[in-house]
Amino acid sequence: MEKALALQMRGITKRFGSVVANDHVDLDVYRGEILAILGENGCGKTTLMNMISGIYFPDEGQIFVDGQEVVIRSPKDAFRHRIGMIHQHFKLVDLFTAGENIVLGVKEEGRYNLKSVNAAVTKLAEKYGFHLDPQKKIYDMSVSEKQTVEILKVLYRGADILILDEPTAVLTPQEISRLFDVLRRMKADGKSIIIITHKLNEVLEVSDRVAILRKGEHIATVNTSETNEAQLTEMMVGKKVDLEIDRTMPVNAAPRLMVKNLNLDDNEGLHVLKDISFTAYGGEILGIAGIAGSGQRELLESIAGLQPVKSGEIIFLNPKKDKPVTFFHKSMKRVKELGAQGAFHDGKMQPVSFDGMSTSAVRKWVESGDVLFKEDEIINLRDKTPLEIRGLGVRLSFVPEDRLGMGLVGSMGITDNMMLRSYRKGPAMFLDRKKPRALADEIIEELQVNTPGTNTPVRRLSGGNVQKVLVGREIAFTPKVLMAAYPVRGLDINSSYTIYNLLNKQKESGVAVIFVGEDLDVLLALCDRILVINSGAVTGVVDARTATKEEIGLLMTRTERKEDA
Amino acid sequence: MNIWLNFLIDSLAFGATFMYGSTGEILTEKAGHLNLGIPGIMCMGGAGGCLMLNLIGKSGLPPFLIVLLGILASLLMSGLMGLIYSFMTVTLRANQNVTGLALTTFGVGLMKVIMSKMDATVYLVGPKMFYRWPFAGRQDALQCLGVLFFLAIIVAVASSYILFKTKVGLHLRAVGENPATADAVGINVNRYKYVATCVGSAIAGLGGFYYIIDYMASQEAYLSLEAFGWLSIALVIFALWRPHMTIIGSTVFGFLFSCSSYITNIDWIHVTMAMKPILKMLPYVVTILVLIISSVRNKRENQPPSSLGLSYFREDR
Repeated sequence: MEKALALQMRGITKRFGSVVANDHVDLDVYRGEILAILGENGCGKTTLMNMISGIYFPDEGQIFVDGQEVVIRSPKDAFRHRIGMIHQHFKLVDLFTAGENIVLGVKEEGRYNLKSVNAAVTKLAEKYGFHLDPQKKIYDMSVSEKQTVEILKVLYRGADILILDEPTAVLTPQEISRLFDVLRRMKADGKSIIIITHKLNEVLEVSDRVAILRKGEHIATVNTSETNEAQLTEMMVGKKVDLEIDRTMPVNAAPRLMVKNLNLDDNEGLHVLKDISFTAYGGEILGIAGIAGSGQRELLESIAGLQPVKSGEIIFLNPKKDKPVTFFHKSMKRVKELGAQGAFHDGKMQPVSFDGMSTSAVRKWVESGDVLFKEDEIINLRDKTPLEIRGLGVRLSFVPEDRLGMGLVGSMGITDNMMLRSYRKGPAMFLDRKKPRALADEIIEELQVNTPGTNTPVRRLSGGNVQKVLVGREIAFTPKVLMAAYPVRGLDINSSYTIYNLLNKQKESGVAVIFVGEDLDVLLALCDRILVINSGAVTGVVDARTATKEEIGLLMTRTERKEDA
Repeated sequence: MNIWLNFLIDSLAFGATFMYGSTGEILTEKAGHLNLGIPGIMCMGGAGGCLMLNLIGKSGLPPFLIVLLGILASLLMSGLMGLIYSFMTVTLRANQNVTGLALTTFGVGLMKVIMSKMDATVYLVGPKMFYRWPFAGRQDALQCLGVLFFLAIIVAVASSYILFKTKVGLHLRAVGENPATADAVGINVNRYKYVATCVGSAIAGLGGFYYIIDYMASQEAYLSLEAFGWLSIALVIFALWRPHMTIIGSTVFGFLFSCSSYITNIDWIHVTMAMKPILKMLPYVVTILVLIISSVRNKRENQPPSSLGLSYFREDR
């Protein structure tokens, strides 16, 4: 390769506390090439790029631009060395026009004249094949147009080295091809382009070379023309690490939660979940694997009743066969309805009919415990609020990924956080504090939560202890389905194992556990089956006892675009 | 001249008080800071000016210089209040509403103490002729208009020009809309916030000076100044965060506020004393109406700056 070096990194290291985000990374970028940086979530791709663009400052190592060593302490410094980064989350002023956003902060000679700026922007856009009206306001723009503004903003400042952080995550296939055309044109113009991604097909389609990062380390840089998907996946996920998690075979697994053809759109009309179908069995742990933001959160939230879905069914099978009917859901009407449908028997397999009986007689009969369910109760959770779901007697627990945002109230103590689950119980007006306090003590005792007392605000506890409180509360509710999103994120090894053991215990007691995780080693060691989702669609269900990391890695990253097929 | 034209000119002159107040507040709000200390700052602006006039009123300096020094003292005093506010809310990131309300309580109280010790004969009578140039000596309503009135209009128009036509204004608006974005492109967010708040406060303070010494020219004028501070903040909403709109807005406000006293002069409207306070309510009713209309129309340009009232800290991302 006869190209000139644009950027060199030597021994770049960055630590956040005890976590090493980047460990002595060496990387070269040439003029007129597209370099893809490939890696799993949390492998340090974005951190590395943030150090070139001035967001972070490296703890160790050197950066050279055109052979000269440089110090980049702020985005301003980065611009001085003609480096510009297009972040995943756009930094634009919504109220301004594209032109105003592009010129913002640029020091230019002469009088400020928006017209000449707009003309320059239009010229620049035409040069690289963008379509953009510089007078359009950002709030009127689509995601792809906003991205165009971001790219032009960087180009307008004269950047020669462009870093794009997952630029395709928010685009449609057509927009992606258009973006790639633009990138190729920039390459032809001599610019260096670094694109961060975890989509293999895009890497193969657009890049000249690929640098693979894994757990903060630079594994290799290969020429795209000399590699293939399988090789890249292998380098990306690495060798399997064995974890010592006691996994038992599922016993008496029975369907508990069935999701059928679930579709969900976000506010902007993008398809977040596409035709998701799966069944979770009681007594097993179903893992959900996928690149961050593939729809895991939305899936769990729609099951928990926090997101209204577009179409599809969420069926909960309440294990009620041959169990007495109760008034748990406090609705005589519903008991009567189910009775009329012939859902009950009287213990001798004789159908129960409440025809012609008075309400009090029905109540007496039901309360005597002689009225039994014929089959498992089928409850559709779709379009129900969490409160309605609970009202129907569905014991569904959800451990959200945002522990202190959605799970617990940070400024309240453990007791008060327990009460979030129980404040509706008991006589009206006054709260029952005794039971929640007993529960809080129990959780502290059993899960060894390290806290000064039950009234210490939970946000003062460490991440592991916060998670124990949250999981402990959800388990105390004796759920039939337990959903946990990234329950060990940010936890140390010991706390992680406590959580794994808790989940395993729940599984052994017949709970259907749904575990959303990011570490493939953990998923393979903990789960019984793994559901892989990719861009909101299920790409496969594998047996965790026999599957390999590469297999799952490929399912997570490979997207077959419709036009390719 | 007919009564309605008199009324209009008087409303204009009266409205200049709000014009200063709300132009200052708009500049501050455009930087993302809701300064509820404006009533206190206007009071302190007035008090500072009076204090200076009292000190030099009898020194025999030319009237022009006396007035100029008075204005300078007013700007300095209110600018200082703005500096306290910005230090609290920008550097220390204290709650803007609480800080503003504290400054109002402080400013109003301190002004009352200062003003009760003032000798009105010195600061009101001396250079009075100067303020009313070029209409000094006229017997009709035009005598209300003077240098400081025209200055208010110039300040309002100039503020609009700077905000919407220059790069400084673009940067300032970016700071108020999305400080993180502004920071990322290398704009010194805190410097913009400080300068906008201090300049805005100084402008508002001049409103207090204008009202006490020029428009009312009376010892008791300071007693109602606080209310006009609040009106100025309401006027920001009426003007939809555009300084030049305060010229129209303040005239309407002045008109509505003083119509209770004018309306008694009109034969065919019967106004009892009890109705006066109700009429004085009108400016606020109009503000609520404007709020409702602008919310219903929901045009992005007519909404307050996006990060109004929020502190900015780079590491909170």
